[in-house]
Amino acid sequence: MKYIDEYRDPELVRELVRAIAKRAAGLDQPVTIMEVCGSHTTAIGRFGLRGILPANIRLVSGPGCPVCVTSATDIDRALWLAGREEVIFTSYGDLLRVPGADSGSLEKLRAAGARIEIVSSALEAVARARREADRKVVFFGIGFETTSPTAAAALLEAERLKLKNFSVYSCHKLMPPVMRSLLQSDELRIDGFLCPGHVSTIIGAEAYRFITASGRAAVIAGFEPADILGAILLILEELKEGISGVRIAYRRAVKATGNRRAQAVLNEVFTPADADWRGLGRIRKSGLKLRSRFAAFNAEKQFAIPALTSRPDPACRCGEVLRGLIRPDACALFGRACTPSTPHGPCMVSTEGSCAAFFRYPEI
Amino acid sequence: MCISFPGRITAFKEDDEIAVIEIGGTEREVSLTLLDDEVDLGDYLLCHAGFAIHRIDQQEAEQSIALFNELIRAEKTGENEIY
Ligand code: SF4
Repeated sequence: MKYIDEYRDPELVRELVRAIAKRAAGLDQPVTIMEVCGSHTTAIGRFGLRGILPANIRLVSGPGCPVCVTSATDIDRALWLAGREEVIFTSYGDLLRVPGADSGSLEKLRAAGARIEIVSSALEAVARARREADRKVVFFGIGFETTSPTAAAALLEAERLKLKNFSVYSCHKLMPPVMRSLLQSDELRIDGFLCPGHVSTIIGAEAYRFITASGRAAVIAGFEPADILGAILLILEELKEGISGVRIAYRRAVKATGNRRAQAVLNEVFTPADADWRGLGRIRKSGLKLRSRFAAFNAEKQFAIPALTSRPDPACRCGEVLRGLIRPDACALFGRACTPSTPHGPCMVSTEGSCAAFFRYPEI
Repeated sequence: MCISFPGRITAFKEDDEIAVIEIGGTEREVSLTLLDDEVDLGDYLLCHAGFAIHRIDQQEAEQSIALFNELIRAEKTGENEIY
């Protein structure tokens, strides 16, 4: 396929690996690069990129899988909503098997008779609400800046249609605040970030200025092998020659200013708010809540959702996995009690989760 | 779920608010309401969750490969002053 095959060209990939190896041989210190996007984690596993990199270039996964970072409390509140008699609960498929309190899940609730439907776009949830005027359709809004504008556009459509039975439970999250909090933590020294390609399509390159200002490299990367390897080579180049600013190694999808129209739609509907992240706790202004104009479409205003404080399963180490502190196989449950068919935590449920990627594409 | 795919526009519908795109042999409809570029038949769009979010520019696409080749060349010749 056009715009994919060129970036899988074996000769280009070989040359990039060779150039990285040469550059790595001259390093005094190992380099730690974090990929914060779940799609990068999956691509790195799928193409076996960790195995072909020199040992002193360490790739660690960060908190970029939207399903994984949704807090245990938000999962349980979603389960509460989905269990209402009058509700049709709509969600991206990835969330259905995430375990909540008492090992319940949306999938189990559905098997017990709740009306829970998988959608691949927020627009489908709006269409559902139009068709079923006597039921309340709730959409479980998760995702980063790539996805939240699509939820915002769907909300504008619901407003235009004057729907009375559509609402969103917004657990959307913002990427720059969590990256900033990782840089400030003492747990892990990150030399550079592979910045998320499609989040950057929306927010642009400037949003990562704080990373380069702190002396770390920030390179926006695509998702094919040459995209990722080229971005790693560029990070090494930046670290050696001096940080010159946020670099875009994914020009076919990212403009420096991002997608202004999508940003405007996002800002019209949502406003930043403090948010809880699995494994990272509460981070200031790192989530998105509906503006008051959209109160009629805000599930938190339309339902008396109990204020739960759920604790994740203490044996599951997703929290440390999401902070890049341990590899999934350091978790005692990995591959034994916890597999994609018997997941104990969200990192094993989502196809973009680090544990699922490690399970499917074991390191050699 | 953040996956986005490049698809080629084969038709427009509903006052050009919706594009029919072809991705690897299958057709899908995407909303154009989030796009801030003008588009034409045959253009490639990056699509995500029912929406087009970016028009892919051929020249920009070639630039990344040119950049990678430049980095490779610099590493080969040991000459790093490429900017
Ligand atoms: S392997 Fe399973 S239990 Fe362990 S951290 Fe990953 S998801 Fe949690």
